[in-house]
Amino acid sequence: MTHRVDMTSEPPGGGSERAGAPRATNPHGRPRRRVSPTARRQRRAACLFLAPACIMVAIYVVWPTLSTIRLSFYSWDGMSDANFIGLANYIELFHAPTFYTALKNNVIWLALFLLAPPMGLAIALYLNQAVAGMRIVKSLFFAPFVLSGVVVGLIYSWFYDPTFGLLALIAGHGIPVLGDPRYATPGIIFAALWPQTAYCMILYLTGLTTLNSEQIEAARMEGAKGWTLLWHVILPQLRPTTFMAVVVTVIGALRSFDLISVMTGGGPFESSTVLAYYMYDQAIKYYRLGYSAAIAVVLFAIMLLYIVYHLRRLLSSEH
Amino acid sequence: MFPTPIDKWKPAPRRLYKLSLPVALIIWLLPMIAVLMTSVRSSEELSEGNYWGWPKHFALVDNYREALTTSPMLHYFWNSVLITVPSVVCAIALAAMAGFALAIYRFPGNSALFATFVAGNFVPIQVLMIPVRDLTLKLGLYNTVGGLILFHLSFQTGFCALFLRNFIKQLPYELVEAARIEGANEWTVFFRIILPLIRPALAALAILVFTFVWNDYFWALCLTQGDDAAPITVGVAALKGQWTTAWNLVSAGSILAALPSVAMFFAMQKHFVAGLTFGATKG
Repeated sequence: MTHRVDMTSEPPGGGSERAGAPRATNPHGRPRRRVSPTARRQRRAACLFLAPACIMVAIYVVWPTLSTIRLSFYSWDGMSDANFIGLANYIELFHAPTFYTALKNNVIWLALFLLAPPMGLAIALYLNQAVAGMRIVKSLFFAPFVLSGVVVGLIYSWFYDPTFGLLALIAGHGIPVLGDPRYATPGIIFAALWPQTAYCMILYLTGLTTLNSEQIEAARMEGAKGWTLLWHVILPQLRPTTFMAVVVTVIGALRSFDLISVMTGGGPFESSTVLAYYMYDQAIKYYRLGYSAAIAVVLFAIMLLYIVYHLRRLLSSEH
Repeated sequence: MFPTPIDKWKPAPRRLYKLSLPVALIIWLLPMIAVLMTSVRSSEELSEGNYWGWPKHFALVDNYREALTTSPMLHYFWNSVLITVPSVVCAIALAAMAGFALAIYRFPGNSALFATFVAGNFVPIQVLMIPVRDLTLKLGLYNTVGGLILFHLSFQTGFCALFLRNFIKQLPYELVEAARIEGANEWTVFFRIILPLIRPALAALAILVFTFVWNDYFWALCLTQGDDAAPITVGVAALKGQWTTAWNLVSAGSILAALPSVAMFFAMQKHFVAGLTFGATKG
C-alpha cells in the first residue's frame, strides 16, 4: 500500500468541473471539444456503473438518515398516524434521567475505549520481532477481533460469573461485576477492549513495517533509544496509523450495542445503558419511535462532529 | 526496525523474550481457552462444580450433538450462510462498479458522491434502525432472509465502494487509455482491464465483509422475530436464556458461531489484514 503511483495526483481545483473529460493529462496538449461523443458515452457509462450502488445506498442509508431526523419531531407508535409535536421529544429527552445515564456511559465508553490504541501499540511493539512461529503468534493475538460481539459477550459473562467464573477463581471470591451498577459498564468495556486492542495491534503491526529505517538508524547514531526514540522518531512516523486507530475506536465506542445487549441488557436498573441501547429499547420495547428517533439524532450529532473532522482531513489529503 | 531486533540482544533477555511469548499468548486467550474447555465438559461435571480442573471425561461429541439437535442451531447456522453469502457477493459487485466509475470518470458531483459513501460508513447504525425496519415491514420482507440481505448489501456497498475507488485510483491510468485506443468500450475496460487488477482488493474486501455480516447481531434483532430468519448470533444469544446453567452448550454454540469467521481469517489471513489496514499507512 505504500508505493503510491503518481498518476493518481489530480490537477487541483476547477478542472474537475469539466464534464466528461478524462482526468489524465493530455500528452499532445490539443484542446478537447466540449462535449464530444466519446465524452457523452463515458458519462452515460459512469451513470450506469454508479446507478445500482447509488440506488441501494440512497434507499438504505441516505433516506433512512433523513427520515429519522424528520421522525424525531413526531410522536409515533409505528401503527397509527404520526403526530407532529415539534421539539417535545427532545425536551422530554433532556429531562429523562436515563438519557444522562446513557450519555455518561457513552463518555466512559469513549474514554476507556481509547485505551485500545496505546495497548495495541504496546502489544505490536512486543510482537514486532522475527522469531520462528511469530506469524502464528500474531494471528492468535488477533483472533479475538474476528469473534462476533455476541460470542465475546457470552465469553465474558461467563468469565465474570460470581459462582464459577474465572474472575471469581482469580480473585478468590465472587464479584458480581455485571450485577452491580458500579462495575457493570467498566466490566463490559473491559470485554470490548479485548477485540478492539487486537484490531489496533494489527494496525500498528502494519504501521511498524512501513517505518523509515534510515531515520531510525540516524537517531540511534545520535544516541536515542528506548522511550526517547519511540516518542520522537517512531510515533511521529506512525501518525497515520494512530489516526486510523483512534477513528475506528471512537466509532466502535459510539456503536457499542452487542455486548451491552448480551451481557446486561442495559441493566441493572438501566445503569449500563448507552445511547445506542437506550434508543433500541425505547423503539422495540415501548414502541416510542419518535422519541427513539430523537435519541438516535443526538447520537448522530455526536458522531457528525467526528465525521466532519474526518472528512475534511480525508478530502484535504486528496488534493 | 523498531524495537531493536532480538538478534542484537544479549542471550539472557533473548531467552526470556522467547519464553514470555507463549505465556503472554495464554493469558491473552484465556477467556477463549476457558470456553473451549467448557465446550467439551459434560453437564454432570459442570454441576459438580468442576469448571477448571482437567475434564475427567470428554463430552465433545455429546455437547456439540446436543447443541445441534436440541436447539435449531443448524437452522440458524444455515440462515447465517443464506444471509452472508449473497450480501457479500452483491455488495462487492455493486461497489466494484461504483468504485470504478468514481475513480475513472470525471463528472460533476463525483466528490460529493464519494463523500456520501465515506460518510455512510460513519453513520451510527441506530440512526437507520426505525426507517429500515419500517421499510422492511412494508416490503413484506420482515422476518425473512431477504430483508437482511438487502440491508447488509446496501450498507456494505458504501464501505466497499470507498475502498475500491481508492484502490483503482492507484492503478496506472494509461491502461485504461490504451484499452480505449484499442477500441474497447467502457464495459470491456471495466471487465477485462480493471477487474483482473483489483482481484486482491476484492478478496480482501470479501473476507472482511464476510466477518462483518456474519457477526452482525443488531440488525438480526431488528429485522427478525422468532426462528424463521434468525442467524446464528441470535441463536447463540438465545441459548444463554434458554439454559442458564448449560454453559457447555452455550460454549459449543459460541464456537459454532465463531468458527466460520475464524476459519476464514486463518485461511485468508494476508488478504484480511491487507483489507483491514488499507488506509492506515497513507493518512
